[in-house]
Parts: sequence; structure tokens; C-alpha cells
Amino acid sequence: MNWTPADPMVSLKDVHKSFGELKVLNGVSLDVMKGDVICIIGPSGSGKSTLIRCVNALNDIQKGSILVEGQEVNDPNLDKLELRKKVGMVFQQYNLFPHKTALQNVMMAPVRVLKQDKAKAEETARALIRKVRLEGKENAYPGELSGGQQQRVAIARSLAMQPDVILFDEVTAALDPETVGEVLQTIKDLAEDGMTCILVTHEMAFAREVADHIYFTDRGVIVEHGPPETFFKNAQDPRTKEFLSQIL
Amino acid sequence: MTYRTDLPVMLPVKRPEAEPFLGLKLWHMLPIALIAIIGPSLAFAQSSADGQTPFGILLNWAPLLLKGFIFNLVISVSAMALGTVGGAILGLGQISLFAPTRHGSWFVTQFFRNAPWLVLLFFAMFLLPFEINVFGLKIPFPDWFKAILGLSLPVMANVSEIVRGAVRSLPSGQWEAAESLAYTRLQTLWLIILPQCVKRMLPPWMNLYSILTMATVLASIVGVNEVMTLTGQALASEGGRPDLLAPFYGFVLLLFFVYCYPIAKFTVWLEKKYAVIT
Repeated sequence: MNWTPADPMVSLKDVHKSFGELKVLNGVSLDVMKGDVICIIGPSGSGKSTLIRCVNALNDIQKGSILVEGQEVNDPNLDKLELRKKVGMVFQQYNLFPHKTALQNVMMAPVRVLKQDKAKAEETARALIRKVRLEGKENAYPGELSGGQQQRVAIARSLAMQPDVILFDEVTAALDPETVGEVLQTIKDLAEDGMTCILVTHEMAFAREVADHIYFTDRGVIVEHGPPETFFKNAQDPRTKEFLSQIL
Repeated sequence: MTYRTDLPVMLPVKRPEAEPFLGLKLWHMLPIALIAIIGPSLAFAQSSADGQTPFGILLNWAPLLLKGFIFNLVISVSAMALGTVGGAILGLGQISLFAPTRHGSWFVTQFFRNAPWLVLLFFAMFLLPFEINVFGLKIPFPDWFKAILGLSLPVMANVSEIVRGAVRSLPSGQWEAAESLAYTRLQTLWLIILPQCVKRMLPPWMNLYSILTMATVLASIVGVNEVMTLTGQALASEGGRPDLLAPFYGFVLLLFFVYCYPIAKFTVWLEKKYAVIT
């Protein structure tokens, strides 16, 4: 591995993925540089979620290459644990551990996986909970928190692993409209701190505001991509135009 | 902003209130007392001329029968313990990523789950030696030990299914979240999946224990000195009087009822307490 920070942090080349007969990804290529925030948008069923789940090897791919900091993900001998220490993930359904408090949810992986000292991990976890503006909720169980609060704990949990890149899989799709804002604000804070983020989202206004680059996918291919201003104002492909006209 | 509403759908969901532990009300005592009294008194009415009432005879035998019953409990607890350990291993085997382990565990589970308990008991009784030789040391295999082994087999298979079912019942997101945080599979199971499963497994596990306790009388058929065997022997030594049958077997029924009913009630209470509210 001779990856340097000048190379793409995540690099997909001609990625193909199918579930049985169903082809989900049909040759997707994209590069994400360190500190970039990219948003993947597109109609449902276009393979967006599958795409980012391949990056941390939750789904395997049949063909192509995914490099994360120079490490090949499409490799039968891949050390998945090492990969996942570098790549954090936040899910649509939060997936907090319901039998653990917010604080435990955040500090458990650093202690158990990274073997951090417990006191130090707790200190970091408390700081992260403050960062996602949930001070005072440390001892609450996920069931006692609102969707937006749970999702912010999930973001803190992912941050606690000090990943180099975080994948956000439609993280606001299951939220009540009034709590969407607080979660988006948290992600925006991260982006401003320079965290590399790959987001799958339906929040166009948000994508336009925070993304460095937008990718539009349909039927398993990237139809069009570009910086937000060009992308939203000057879409070229008829499929992109149609999608944007429906959603904007 | 707060809204005032009487619409039931708008009100916060209330957990159904868990019943008090035993849930026995005063009138429940009535049928229990009736069973306990009518049996013996019926017999009392037919009492023979030698002065001893059937109830009196039962009282004489009661300590021995109680001892036998305690033996049943020892068998049930031991078989449950063995079966639970074996079943937990087998259940985890059923969710193993290694196909041969998974298929093997599945086969063993299905085999013992679909076998009559009595047949398994006979197998254990008559296929195991009465003692084994380990480096010249003779370890005896008494009948009661074989009975425990025989009964633990179906328990094991049922616990295996309880474990598998509980693990499968958790949303897959829990696995994915743990995986994406770089937990190993063992850590995921031990720290995240199983702790959530225990609550779900407890009620069916206690149910199984109750059934097992009642099944321990099967051991009488293969000659273990448990409560049924002793009852039969007591009746025989009293000359096989038909008027003693009702009070004696009634007494045994009562013992099991008094032991198993609270377990059943407690299980229902636990089920309500841990009911999954979505």
C-alpha cells in the first residue's frame, strides 16, 4: 500500500453488483478526496444504498475495484475489521443498541474494538455527545430518545471510532420532519470540521448546501455528476432533468 | 406545543400493566382445596373397618412421597441445566457461518425435537452402560443419572430452537451496526445480540422447564425411584386398596400443581413485562 493523502480516499472503479438475477450496480466509478463531502441522489431502487454499503464491505461486489486509502475491498483476503475501523457508517434506522445507554453506545466500540482505556473512552464519548448537542442525555436509553436524538447518538457512536470517512445511508429518511434539521446540522458541523462524508440523501436543499460534488444514479449507473451549482442549474441528461423536476 | 385530546389513537401508548407475580385470587383456592379435600374424603367415606382412614394412611406415606417428589425436582433441574448448556451451544451452532456446523446442529436439533421423550429415555436407559471404566476407575452410571441424560436430550433440542429463534428475531440492523463498528462476530454475539435475546428467551425457557418437570414422571416407567414409582410401591404395600388410589394420586397431582402453577404464572408475567412494543 503506497497511498498518500493526495490520492482519493475512496475510489470506486467499474463496480458491478447483483443480487441473484437482479443487477443493482452496473459499472459505477467515483473518487472521493480527503475532506470531500459527496452526495449520491437518485430515484429509489437505483442502487444508492447498495453502493455505499459496498464501501465498508457490508455487501460484496462481483466485479470492479473499491479502494479505501489504497486498501482493496474487493479481495477475498480483506481484513474487514481493519477496513471498518477506517470507515464509519450511520443507518436510516439508527440501529442503536437498545440495551445500552447513549453513553455506552458511544464508548463501547472504542473500548472493546480499539482497546482504548475506559476512562479515556468515556471522556471522548461525553465530548462527542456534547458535540452532537445531546448533553444531559448520556444515561438515556435509545427507547427514551426521539428519532433525531437517536440518530445523533448514532453519529457520535460512529465518530467515536475516529474513522477517516463516514457513510450516511439516508439518515433522515425515517425521521419526523421537525427533527430532520437537527441531524442535518450535525452533519454540516462534521463537514465543516473536514470529515470526509459520503451521503445518500433525498434532502436536495441540504445536498446543494454542503456537498462538494453531487452524483446522480439511476438503474445502477452514474448518469451525471458535478458540483452542486452546475448540477442543479445545468443538468444535461434528460433522466436527471426529469428527476429534478419531480423533486424540486 | 401540547394538544389536549380524547382520541385513543392520539394518547401515548401505555404498556399493558403486568399482573402481580402469582395472580392467585382468593377464589382460586376453592378448586385447589376441593381437589385436596374431596379426594381424601371420598375415600374416607369408604374407609375400612381397621380404623385407619385413607387420609391417615396418606399422611403416613406423605414424607416418603415428598422425598420422591424432591427427587423429581432434582432430575428436572439437572436435566434442564444440562439441556440448557447443550442447547445453547447447539443453538449458536445453528447460526454459525461455517456450513457443516450449521447443518449438523440443525440436524441434531430436529432429530431430538421430533422424538418422543419416552423413547429417548428408553434409549438412554438401555444403551448406556451401568458403569464406565476410566483408567481403571469405575464410574457408576446409576438409573437416575441416565434418566437425567435421557430427558436432557429433548430439552437441549428445544433450547437450541429457542436460542436460534431469539437470535433470528432481532432486526438485522443490529448485526450491521455492530459489523460496521468493527466488532468481531463473537463480540457481536456476546455483547450485542445475546444480551438482547435473554429477555426474549426467558419465557419460553421457563415454559419448557415446566413441561420437563411434569415429564419427569416418565422416569417411573424405567424404574427410577421418583414420586410415581414410590406412590405405586406405597399403594402395593397397602394391599392395593382401590379406595387409596384417588387420595394418593390426587396428592401427587397436587404436588405438581403447586410447583408448576406459579412457574406458569410467572412466565405469563414475564411475557407481558418483556412484550415487544414497536
